[in-house]
Amino acid sequence: MSDMTQTEPTADEPDADAPTGGAVSFQVAQDHKWYRRPNIVVPVVLVFLGLTMLAVADTPTARFRSEFAPPGDVRFDWAYFFHLVPQMLQGLFVTARATVLGFLIAASLGLVLALLRRSESRWVSYPAVAVIEFVRSTPILVQMFFAQVLVRATPAISLNALVILFIVVGIHYATYASEAYRAGINSVPAGQWEAATALNLGPLTKWTRIIIPQAVPNVLPTLGNYLVAAFKDVPIGDAVLSTGGVLFMANAIRSSDFRAVEPYLLIGVGFLLVSLPAAWLVRRLEERISYERD
Amino acid sequence: MNATDSHKDVSPKGAASVRMRGVGKAFGSLTVLQELDLDVEPGERVVIIGPSGSGKTTILRVAMTLERIDSGTIRIGGQHLYHEETSSGQLKDASEKHIRGVRSNIGMVFQHFNLFPHMSAIENIMLAPVKVHGKSRKDAQQIGMELLDKVGLIEHANHTPGQLSGGQKQRVAIARALATQPSVMLFDEVTSALDPELVGEVLNVLRDIAEEGKTTMMLVTHEMGFAREIADRVLMFDAGRMIEGGPPSELLGNPQHERTRSFLGAVAEH
Repeated sequence: MSDMTQTEPTADEPDADAPTGGAVSFQVAQDHKWYRRPNIVVPVVLVFLGLTMLAVADTPTARFRSEFAPPGDVRFDWAYFFHLVPQMLQGLFVTARATVLGFLIAASLGLVLALLRRSESRWVSYPAVAVIEFVRSTPILVQMFFAQVLVRATPAISLNALVILFIVVGIHYATYASEAYRAGINSVPAGQWEAATALNLGPLTKWTRIIIPQAVPNVLPTLGNYLVAAFKDVPIGDAVLSTGGVLFMANAIRSSDFRAVEPYLLIGVGFLLVSLPAAWLVRRLEERISYERD
Repeated sequence: MNATDSHKDVSPKGAASVRMRGVGKAFGSLTVLQELDLDVEPGERVVIIGPSGSGKTTILRVAMTLERIDSGTIRIGGQHLYHEETSSGQLKDASEKHIRGVRSNIGMVFQHFNLFPHMSAIENIMLAPVKVHGKSRKDAQQIGMELLDKVGLIEHANHTPGQLSGGQKQRVAIARALATQPSVMLFDEVTSALDPELVGEVLNVLRDIAEEGKTTMMLVTHEMGFAREIADRVLMFDAGRMIEGGPPSELLGNPQHERTRSFLGAVAEH
């Protein structure tokens, strides 16, 4: 790697003087220019931006300026920031509730979809594949709009926004979870299936006592990651369906107080405080499972 | 080799016959069994030998329904495994229910044990008696503990497979197969995955089962000394065909076919 910093095209290879190799070594030399290499440029730019922000923030009159805030309200106010915490916590509980309910649907429906997809009957497996692939390859934002319109256009169905939200999140993540379950089921060694056949176990016993107990631990870390991802997708529901989650609260505060930086920053802090420990737990789980597998 | 239907298919002790007629099996373009006729009498102990790829393991796997046959018929204790007889005496492909019914007479022990890793030894053994044969947990536990005692592992009843040595795992696997009281037991290279010093303990358990004589035994093995000791008959397979068969003293002591001689010579060198 040391020759990557050389600027002379002839220096990176001993036989680069040969006329036939000239074109190639010239191309390589172009990449040696430091400003063409992203792994150098990106950190430099980030450090430069960081330093600039520090310099601006350190000005006593404007510790934190933002164009979102109207004139006269430019200063970041810690007292106001903390004053918002109870209201935003209320929103966070709604977001968390939608996440948990949605994820319960995802975890159970995902297993059902995975089993349907494995079915020997094409009349069962093909529709399952179609549903999984369709839902997986369309954005959750569009699905939420669609669900909202569908519910409003159908007089027979009346659901409140939170229910629509967690059903959409549940179905969306069920398709991802089903793929995780599928991988987990495939990871159960062939010998386990053969032992189940040799013992003449029925399908129900085979699945509930042999296959699923061995497949699910392998799937848990992936499901944990999906739980964190679903948590981050739920605020989309606030924007589309006006559920009372964190983003809804922040928007409401912004409309009433004409202050945006504090509530939105609070959302960021809140997500960080929940997501980081969750990610850490998932990693611990992964380590523990790989340890137990040995 | 031409035993007919007039032979008894079930011995009074419960062991059953295995009768294969014209059994063929191919994986894609690779033929592993060709027009195989094979009769194993109730209570008989048959050892199958042959080079790898000779189809010897496939014989056990089709008898256990782990692979489905392409042609021919297999009968266990007189009952067709893959076919059902219609009222007019014709054979038709069997339903899964029928296959399950006949399969309940067969047990199998695998090269790689295939114990359920998330269950203790005793739970491994109790599962089929409780779930398949409708025994109470109490009865199943008693059967399980007796079997563990028989294979010398009563102290290890609550150990999971991860806490057992290879030889111990295989003895639990044998106990698990015995727990369903099969009429036919299939042993697929049950000592091949074991460290040499652990082979003896497993062979001792097989000797005990053979002595009891409650079950027909079909064994695929490379342990020629053991085959000589335990087998009523040794069958030599090559390229999907049975090329020679007879009592161990004859087949192992005085093989007629050149292929058998070269195979036995190669095995003896180990």
